[in-house]
Amino acid sequence: MLQSYSDLNDMHIDALREIGNIGAGNAASSLAMMLADQIDISVPTVRILEYERVMEELGGPEQMIVGLLLCLEGDVNGMIMFLLHQNFANKLVGSLLGEEPPEDGELDEMAYSALQEVANIMAASYVNAIASLTEFKIDITVPSMCVDMLGAILSVPAIHYANISDKMIFIEDKFSGKDLEAPNHVLLIPDVESLEKIMEKLGIEL
Amino acid sequence: MSATIKVGIADLNVAQSPDILVTYALGSCVGICLYDRVKKIAGLSHIMLPDSTVTHGAIQIARFADTAIPKLVQQMVARGATKRVLTAKIAGGARMFASANNSSLSNIGQRNVQAVKEALAKQGIPIIAEDTGKDYGRTLFFNTEDGIMHIKSAKSGEWFW
Repeated sequence: MLQSYSDLNDMHIDALREIGNIGAGNAASSLAMMLADQIDISVPTVRILEYERVMEELGGPEQMIVGLLLCLEGDVNGMIMFLLHQNFANKLVGSLLGEEPPEDGELDEMAYSALQEVANIMAASYVNAIASLTEFKIDITVPSMCVDMLGAILSVPAIHYANISDKMIFIEDKFSGKDLEAPNHVLLIPDVESLEKIMEKLGIEL
Repeated sequence: MSATIKVGIADLNVAQSPDILVTYALGSCVGICLYDRVKKIAGLSHIMLPDSTVTHGAIQIARFADTAIPKLVQQMVARGATKRVLTAKIAGGARMFASANNSSLSNIGQRNVQAVKEALAKQGIPIIAEDTGKDYGRTLFFNTEDGIMHIKSAKSGEWFW
């Protein structure tokens, strides 16, 4: 039985990487359609990282970041969080709305909705990856967005899952398109019970 | 020269004048600064969760309000602080994702603040300044020389308490 993310072995991580791969692929084609642009996506790296490490990887606790949080409900429960660097978020808004927000300025309501829509599409891509492999039914909640210090944003999933694990499934891939190249970070945080169900369904021994 | 002593998430530490205690980017977590004005000894704790009693398995003392605060007091007394003169300043407990429709998610900051207040009351330590709630992250500096808590936010400015 899985107690926490620390109990995941290489085979489990391979399965998660595969989910990450399919999800990232789906996300790229959806985004390309949305942005009417060719978007390439690198093979994602999937790692199980401690909260503190995620923070280091992304530039430290005070790094400004755009966080988009969605909850998973149904056969799989948990959270999915996208972390975008501000300049990439700005570029995305620019391609969607035709005008890039000012570099240091606050994002307005339109920009917020545009990014929430992107998060929605990306989350659906990852969720469909899980669903297509497991035939589970998974709903996602409306994305909630926050632009703030990385540490403060990460405290939300860290607190929520503190009783289960100090670790998170950290997926990193790179989007590149016309005038658009940026790393994209996804934290996939199914609760342990859901993770067990996924592994079981995939026929991987726990 | 004063040194800056970092306190990580779910961590606590004690320092003495002229050093500065700092904890970065508090979100829904709460930072608790305790201070002995006479001896100029300060303690800082960065808690993540309200209550250790709901956890299974080994408890990480510094993670929970109800266990971290007594531990911090104990460490300060061991360094020479006098318990009955201690005062507290607290910050954090924000609701980072305001529209998240998961209630346990959106209330955790508030519950942390509440648990911190209860734990401090149990120790008989008065809260003399508080910068909690709202929807933004805070970096907290505590100056052991004058007992000032300095809060910096990314977008909403900074304050001295």
